[in-house]
Amino acid sequence: MKMHRINFSLNGEKVALDVEPSDVLLDVLRGRLGIKSPKVGCDRGDCGTCTVLLNGKTIRSCLALAVEADGTEIVTLEGAGSRKWTQKLQKKFHEKNSFQCGFCAPGVILSATELLEKNAKPTTHDIKEAIAGNLCRCTGYEPIVAAIEETAKGK
Amino acid sequence: MDLQKTISKPKKSVKAGPADGELKVVGKSVLRIDGWEKIKGAAKYTDDLEFGPALLYAALVESPHAHAKIKAIDTSKAEKVHGVVKVVTGRNFTQKFGLYMNDRYVFATDTVRFVGEQVAAVVATDPKTAMRAAALVKVEYAELPAVMDPVKALEKDSPLVHPDLKDYTHVPWFFPKPGTNIAHWRKIRKGDLAKGFKDADLVLEDTYTVPRYAHCAIEPHSAVGLYDASGRLTMWTSSQSPFTQRHVFAETLKAFGLSHKDVRVISTYIGGGFGGKAGVTMEIIAAALAIAVPGRPVKLLWNRAQEFYNTYQRLGVTAKIKMGATKTGKITALDFKLHWDSGAYVEYGANVVNAAGLSASGPYKVDNLSVDSMCTYTNLPPCGAYRGFGYSEFLFGLESHITRMAVQLGLDPVEFRKKNAIKEGDTLPYGAHMNPNGIREAIGRVEKEIKWGVKEKSKDPKKAIGKALVCFWKSPAMPPNASSSAFLKFNEDGSVNILVSGMEIGQGLLTVMAQIAGEVLALPVTKIRVETPDTDRNPYEWQTVGSHVTWGCGNAVKRAALEARERIFDLVQRVHCLDKSTLYLQDECVKCRTKPDFALPFKDFVINGIQAEDHTFKGGPIMGSGVFMPEFASAISDPETGQGGHPNVHYTTGSAGIILEVDRESGKMKIKKVALAVDCGKAINPDLVRGQIVGGLMQGFATVLYEDMRYSEKGKLLNANFSDYKIPTAMDMPDVVVPIIIEVAQPDGPYGARGVGEHTMIPCAPLIANAVADALGVRIKSMPVTKEKVALAVKNGGK
Repeated sequence: MKMHRINFSLNGEKVALDVEPSDVLLDVLRGRLGIKSPKVGCDRGDCGTCTVLLNGKTIRSCLALAVEADGTEIVTLEGAGSRKWTQKLQKKFHEKNSFQCGFCAPGVILSATELLEKNAKPTTHDIKEAIAGNLCRCTGYEPIVAAIEETAKGK
Repeated sequence: MDLQKTISKPKKSVKAGPADGELKVVGKSVLRIDGWEKIKGAAKYTDDLEFGPALLYAALVESPHAHAKIKAIDTSKAEKVHGVVKVVTGRNFTQKFGLYMNDRYVFATDTVRFVGEQVAAVVATDPKTAMRAAALVKVEYAELPAVMDPVKALEKDSPLVHPDLKDYTHVPWFFPKPGTNIAHWRKIRKGDLAKGFKDADLVLEDTYTVPRYAHCAIEPHSAVGLYDASGRLTMWTSSQSPFTQRHVFAETLKAFGLSHKDVRVISTYIGGGFGGKAGVTMEIIAAALAIAVPGRPVKLLWNRAQEFYNTYQRLGVTAKIKMGATKTGKITALDFKLHWDSGAYVEYGANVVNAAGLSASGPYKVDNLSVDSMCTYTNLPPCGAYRGFGYSEFLFGLESHITRMAVQLGLDPVEFRKKNAIKEGDTLPYGAHMNPNGIREAIGRVEKEIKWGVKEKSKDPKKAIGKALVCFWKSPAMPPNASSSAFLKFNEDGSVNILVSGMEIGQGLLTVMAQIAGEVLALPVTKIRVETPDTDRNPYEWQTVGSHVTWGCGNAVKRAALEARERIFDLVQRVHCLDKSTLYLQDECVKCRTKPDFALPFKDFVINGIQAEDHTFKGGPIMGSGVFMPEFASAISDPETGQGGHPNVHYTTGSAGIILEVDRESGKMKIKKVALAVDCGKAINPDLVRGQIVGGLMQGFATVLYEDMRYSEKGKLLNANFSDYKIPTAMDMPDVVVPIIIEVAQPDGPYGARGVGEHTMIPCAPLIANAVADALGVRIKSMPVTKEKVALAVKNGGK
């Protein structure tokens, strides 16, 4: 199969890689680049545990082809720690036990980061809607929503 | 020198030192010690581990039939595919395995018993090749008649799922009926049932049904196996049960020369368990494949569909209840028949049936009781542990029925419950006695929280508001000799590592174990590390199931910490000539009640010892070990009555209440408020307990409002994905959730603690059903209680 050379920025570093046209971005991130915070949960865009930021917007990396990353800027939780909102969210998530098993946490935190970067004063409904694509089976969402709310309010 | 002679004895008035009973670490909502790892994306789950370029990948060939004979398997085409290393079938592995009953196969040998059962596997150098080659394996089947319903499975002419049942080995507390589909029949006979019904002013009889459910942990099962050149098998698994897995691997594969010491199971963090990762399911396939390709690691990763159809599912049940009560609201008799759809293999699921049978009276004193809890084979996927372990299922019928009884007798359903609620010392269904509990306090607190008795009206005339209050109880279901153990070792700087094999599955076990040890050793949890286990290094734990590890593993950790403390005191007594009884630990130092200026920091001696006057060193690394086994438990009882023995170690009890708004036309429901009070004995970490309550309630409401496994007539699961099997999102949260902690100490629990993990989801189904009945006067007797069912029931006038 013909390989495609793709160039993109991953967590601030330049990456050049040959991929097959059918290679899925999530598999390339995890399998070839050692980026493990985006997880495989359902492989069809339902659960949100593979969430990454592409040019600042969240995408399901299990539904994106690696070739689509060409020329873009991709940020995963490994590289999001320097973003203002991500740091604040992580601190609040820790304080409020907004995670249990931790498997969905990277995706949830990136979705919340995207929300707060766009809208620093979200309503509770905005928050629920922003993370509605990230399934969590442990927490019942209440401590997640509370942590995002408090982060936005600077509590 | 005889040190004993020079030890200074304590003076009578002792002022320094901490007051007795004042807890510094236990009972505090300290932050989780695994927090940063998880929220920074650093936590590693099994599929995140790297195994290098030699790693192989497996794909399965699965049965398309619910019941069929395997006539022939042709693997020749698959074997020729470039990149295929090995094709394995049931011919290579004929061993059966199981947790409580040996009825399950590594690969189907001559018969397939459910759609999706593993028939063969292809091991290849990459996942795509493995999948392509698996599609080329040709299996010739001869279809057999199949049975999908647990009641029909009891009919005389029903197909038999396991004709060889008489030859299967099982634990002594199971009673299979060979020649039928009954894998286990737990009977309870207590008191005089006929008299109980005669004494009743009202006898109500009805049937309630509960479908199967899926755990839906967001992390799918994954396992990697390596059978190396020296003949040792290492397994990396996403598991709640590393030691049980080691045991099952070693027993099942002993023909290959494995002994327990040669099998090593390493469990990383797991992305949710809920019982689905207890015992052994797909991991045995990975272990067998590792043996088939010695020298190379092989990975088996379940996709989401396999996660639905080939791990344990929650059992479905048809529950027939006949209950009698007097005009004054005393329950006089209960006849409870539970027909469990347990699936094609019940090696774990039969114990769910057993546990439910032992406790089907619910948290009530029922003097005249008959329970028949029947584990029935069907040609559907195997069932097993799911958070609640059978209690959610029988409580739906029981708690629905109790409210109906009270209403029909003209009594208040809450008063009815209070009247019958079990007390400490009451005789349990199997003859042992009830432990101390706070069920009455729980009812009272919940009653207040939902303003029981105050009828509320919705602002929207199209909507009605209903309230409900129900009770629950649950005991850990475990073999009587299930044990826990712990190692504890100090480091140079006075910090501590604790080794246990209780699993961190999201509940916060690592933090709670650190708190228990921290309390004994006067250490903050920030100075304690606890990690997920490796069976080579960490001591034994049966499994992390049944909400028992805070209690069992916690007891072992406490004992290990006490032993380490004793060694510290011995050493200080020996070298500093201070009487042991005057010593105490505070602020990471050893202190003395009679010598206020004495303070020996841990870091000064816990590894390198204490230097004596003659410049020699005494002591050495401070360590402790602890073991806990419930030595009072016994599972042996009369098979016809269930009397005798002490199968359950204790019960955690509680109560939950709801204010539910229901749309009269569409049936759409909105939870305005839910309160749950649980008696956890002692909340080692109150915030973590509240986390269990809030999360457990949501998982419970999911089963009653949204989820439902749907099968075709041919036994194929139709909704094996998150688009068609909808689990709640953040949009589905109740408006207000009130977690309430009750603390009536468990005498044998660490600091009085007992389990709390499962209990928080089990009252949800009857809460909704009773609140719908309260709001609209319609009674839904089958789960889930969807808006469609409610709307149709209203339309049909409650029929």
